[in-house]
Amino acid sequence: METAATGNDIRDPLTLAESWHGEGRKVALATVVETWGSAPRPVGSHLVIDAEGNFDGSVSGGCVEGAVVTEALDVIESGTPRMLEFGVADETAWQVGLSCGGRIRVYVERLG
Amino acid sequence: MDAHLLAELNRERRARHAVILATDLNSGASRLIREGEPLSGELSEAVLKAFRSGKSGQVEADGRTLFLNVHLPPARLVVIGAVHISQALAPMAAIADFDLEIIDPRTAFATPERFGAATLHAEWPEDVLKRRPLDAWTALAAVTHDPKIDDYPLQAALEAGCFYVGALGSRKTHAKRLERLAENGVDRAKLERIHAPIGLPIGAASPAEIAVATLAQIIAALRSRDGAAAPGREGAT
Repeated sequence: METAATGNDIRDPLTLAESWHGEGRKVALATVVETWGSAPRPVGSHLVIDAEGNFDGSVSGGCVEGAVVTEALDVIESGTPRMLEFGVADETAWQVGLSCGGRIRVYVERLG
Repeated sequence: MDAHLLAELNRERRARHAVILATDLNSGASRLIREGEPLSGELSEAVLKAFRSGKSGQVEADGRTLFLNVHLPPARLVVIGAVHISQALAPMAAIADFDLEIIDPRTAFATPERFGAATLHAEWPEDVLKRRPLDAWTALAAVTHDPKIDDYPLQAALEAGCFYVGALGSRKTHAKRLERLAENGVDRAKLERIHAPIGLPIGAASPAEIAVATLAQIIAALRSRDGAAAPGREGAT
């Protein structure tokens, strides 16, 4: 059975990634693959990013999205997947604002 | 990830099938695994566990590091009967994150005035379920007391392998119901899956309390998927 799209489906990052790619945009998909401590978004959460830096979804509730988008632009360019790690012990992560005390690992890959 | 694979994943999700996207974190290669698909080696066990728990995560299997992203369909709750119990059940089910819909052919009962924003079908269950079939990720609660309305969806729920099937009514009413359904050709073993009288035995007295007991029983069925009502393993007892 195919269920009708609801308001939530429209914001679903995987559905967005598919439609962005269908529109001819270059797209990267970021996925939370591991968390420690009080990470704001669960394992399996997605952020979808295009080559212009537009993004939707969430991997950290706003803490590290900016840094993930920057890395994603490189991944879109190179096509090589990247594993990112953010945490309070990490200088960069502190700067980008993961102050919630957790650590996360985010896998970024190009959709092709 | 390959764009075709993403399209296939989204198709499976829309069709309410349980699937896992397995990504090799070293090579970047991804594949789709459907529930029940035969697998070999260490991956088989990890996949089974992931489908059961619904938890995504990293696994080491057969010398590879894989990320398993588990996509289980959101649970639906179909209530037969736009009665007092359903009026209490509708807002509670929404809070507990169930996709709820209410079916009752009696147009005086199934009115927006009584149910607010809840999805209502003022039609016979036979007609609604044809358009919106039941599946293993759906719970069905029949609460009209009227065999003309309740019997068909109860039988359909057992045949579809709904993870929960409950029916309102005393033990005596239920005994008669079981006779009717058996005469109609429903397997005796399947009939045992019907929770009746409906709801956990907490001494619920009012319609709202029966709604609490019913929702708790539905959640118990959803979260004890090793038990009798395992979605995706139809008829498992």
